[in-house]
Amino acid sequence: MHIPDGYLSPQTYIPLFGIFVPFAAVAVKKVKEEVSSRDIPYLGMAGAFSFIIMMFNLPVPGGTTGHAVGAAVIAILLGPWAATIAVSVALIIQALVFGDGGITAIGANCFNMAVFMPFTAYYIFKLFSVNPERKTRSYFASFFSGYVSLVLAAILTAVELGIQPLIASTPNGKALYCPYDLSVAVPAMALGHMLIFGFFEGIITAIIISYVLKNEPDLIYALRKEARK
Amino acid sequence: MKITRFQKKILIVLLVLCLMTPVGILLPAYFNAGDAWGEWSAQTMKEMIGYVPAGLAKYSDEYIAPMSDYTVNKEDTSVVHQSGYYIVSGILGATLTYVALLLISGLIIRHE
Repeated sequence: MHIPDGYLSPQTYIPLFGIFVPFAAVAVKKVKEEVSSRDIPYLGMAGAFSFIIMMFNLPVPGGTTGHAVGAAVIAILLGPWAATIAVSVALIIQALVFGDGGITAIGANCFNMAVFMPFTAYYIFKLFSVNPERKTRSYFASFFSGYVSLVLAAILTAVELGIQPLIASTPNGKALYCPYDLSVAVPAMALGHMLIFGFFEGIITAIIISYVLKNEPDLIYALRKEARK
Repeated sequence: MKITRFQKKILIVLLVLCLMTPVGILLPAYFNAGDAWGEWSAQTMKEMIGYVPAGLAKYSDEYIAPMSDYTVNKEDTSVVHQSGYYIVSGILGATLTYVALLLISGLIIRHE
């Protein structure tokens, strides 16, 4: 889901960067209000976790590969704003140091995986109105939160890629950027994430939330009374 | 900054995960799976559609990351070596992310 350089036209990556920046600015403000200094290590560990879990490439046999992001579990544990900061830092280091995701696409990739995904995950989890006493319900809420948010983030990425042939082609019809249109990009990205990668995101979200619920329930942001909305 | 026992446990789990990262290259290789969708190199794109889109040709080589593709030597075909580079990349990347986040949050978070 890391869009490389050269796949998005400037008409796409500049606006996406423009959307990401205000989200990041609000995230900084929110984290300042919501996270206490003794929880700072958790923020660092969350980013490190996201970085590592994205290295676990999973195969579609004979096809493409994909991976989990970890944004869902971070959003439930530390809140969606903290997840925005943690996953953004992981993505920026992946782009700068490891060439995973383009420099020009940093805004797009951060918006997809560090803004859209954690917020989607958080509100899906909240929809289940999880009660810490009901373990099975919280297990499924966590699973769906991870599964659905990863699939939707993949589809959003596919839309950004798939609109490129409409935006930018040479007069003789050759693509300038991503050559595949929506009818190819969306099913290709959606299927891999629905059949394989989404399950992995769902399972790690469910396992970690269940573990924390059992051992450190007060840590879970989404279950705190003062957590807004 | 004090690290609690629970946090220490998490750090150990993260380290173990780093050591397990080669699964992320071995499993796709075993199942004959290639690049992630939409993340092909210019070269691969040429093989797929017969040409390299002009924008891709222009942008794709503009920035070369120091440890591109989580390796220090793409030519090295040894699976063991590549697994080693992958683990080193994981530890380095996770540590950089961790430290960057401690610094950033240390700057913005002031209250207990």
